[in-house]
Amino acid sequence: MLILFSKEEIEMTTQEYAKKIRKEVYKIAHHAGGGHMGAAYSMADIISVLYFGNVLKYDSKNPDWENRDKFILSKGHACYALYATLAEAGYFPKEELKMVGKPGSNMGGHPKIHEIPGVEASTGALGHGLSFAIGIAYANKIDQKDSHVYVVLGDGECQEGSIWEGALSAPTLELENLTVVVDHNKLQAMDDLENIVHMKPFAEKWKSFGWNVIEIDGHNHEEIRNALLARVENKPTLIVANTIKGKGVSFMEGVPIWHYRMPNEEELPILLDDLGMTKEELE
Amino acid sequence: MRTAYLDTLYDLAKNDERVYALISDNGAIVYDKYRADLGQQYLNLGISEANMLGMAAGMASCGKIPFAYTIGAFLAYRALEFIRNDICLQKQNVKIVGTGAGEVYSALGPTHHSTEDLGALRSIPGLTIICPGSPMEVRKATQAIYEYEGPVYFRLGTNKEPEIYESDYDFEIGKGVELRSGSEITLIGMGSILYDVLQVADRFKADGVSVRVINLHTIKPIDQDIIKKAIDETGRIITIEDHNVIGGIGSAVAEVIAEYGKTVIFKRIGLQGFSKGYGTYSDVKNANGIGMEHIINTIKEMLE
Repeated sequence: MLILFSKEEIEMTTQEYAKKIRKEVYKIAHHAGGGHMGAAYSMADIISVLYFGNVLKYDSKNPDWENRDKFILSKGHACYALYATLAEAGYFPKEELKMVGKPGSNMGGHPKIHEIPGVEASTGALGHGLSFAIGIAYANKIDQKDSHVYVVLGDGECQEGSIWEGALSAPTLELENLTVVVDHNKLQAMDDLENIVHMKPFAEKWKSFGWNVIEIDGHNHEEIRNALLARVENKPTLIVANTIKGKGVSFMEGVPIWHYRMPNEEELPILLDDLGMTKEELE
Repeated sequence: MRTAYLDTLYDLAKNDERVYALISDNGAIVYDKYRADLGQQYLNLGISEANMLGMAAGMASCGKIPFAYTIGAFLAYRALEFIRNDICLQKQNVKIVGTGAGEVYSALGPTHHSTEDLGALRSIPGLTIICPGSPMEVRKATQAIYEYEGPVYFRLGTNKEPEIYESDYDFEIGKGVELRSGSEITLIGMGSILYDVLQVADRFKADGVSVRVINLHTIKPIDQDIIKKAIDETGRIITIEDHNVIGGIGSAVAEVIAEYGKTVIFKRIGLQGFSKGYGTYSDVKNANGIGMEHIINTIKEMLE
């Protein structure tokens, strides 16, 4: 049903894509001098399966293709993962990733619609992407368009009241063409989520709001893919993807400080080793 | 104004299936006819202004033209970040329709008064702001904002405003209207209060004072020419608004005056704080220093 990328690209497994995305995320941060790496790493597997596992329907050579599916990164601070993915998918040359956050680049610390091919919403302030996506899904439903909307929310983002306005709205509007993934890494900028705001029982909250809720290991590609493709008539789907913030870099995993920090001289060799890359690749 | 708006919206929606009426559980009864005939283009999203505007932006990104409607105070304050980030930053073609401009919901108190909405919204890039002054103007302006592609904040009164135009005229976004010609002093206003302003101007005219009245229905982009002309030709300007003196039409006109660099005698009439008191709209205007007596006295002082 979908032709997404070249044959050679399909031959790479989504696991390999995830590795590439993780490498690129660090390269972007390296050139930019900083960024939200922990958040990007926790969703690297999700976005790899979405774009390279024959899930999202898109044409990178025709980003405005009328019948494309849409992906909204509501937790916009994880945009390095999105930029790396879009470049990998062919929306723009990978060379451009070296310029992120620099004068003259169209890419910064949060993604912008109209300026970056493949970006469907400007996000950054938390709690916006869900309602925006609901608007798209509703319009698609009215137009009976064969187009699905995917959203990634942060779990900390779910402390925003507007998320729960959207949580009420999407089931009311019976948007089965909407799939929301919560990147549930259980950490936010300052501490464990639960130490700051009690959000448990998390999946049950969404269930009680009327969503088709699926709980998965957010680093298991088969589980991710199956969940992304799940549909229930007249119900939006909410995937609680249990993830590890900083996944893939040993010293970042589950450590809040890596919400926004760069590795020092001692940490860098470990990171390169973890990601399977050399220092030369950074240049 | 509300009926004029809804009648026009009804016609627009009937002829263009991209037009949607989104509401946040306000005005349900007045939407009855629209809902009965155009139910597919109507959506009551409940009491969730932020979600409504975020959703409106998403719909607009798919080519729809949402007219998102509720009390202006709830849109401009609660959903401000959604107006900024989802609608304006992303240049989405959403019409944000705020009803109950100023203190027209007089007895409901300051939580329901849109008296700082212009201050909150005027600095947001890309947002056109229109505050029509009469039912006829509402009809023309509704048509105009439909034809204009881009974000608009449309500041409506209630349903009680009398007509201020005696004959047809051309409405153009960004072009003020000279409602009365005059050479000694210029009164600049917008919205529901223009009716009071005209009555005052006519009283002075009867006493032999030549008062110019400008309807600055578009606060942004502002009509610099009509203001500069008034500075040059009358030398005295008073702005009158049912809004705080900070951030509204008074501030906007003051900015033009300051940069024009010519001497003019200038005064702003508007709210000095949160609205006080209850009663009819007139009662509340009087209690908050924007009643007709206050306008008259300010003019007299300036002419002395």
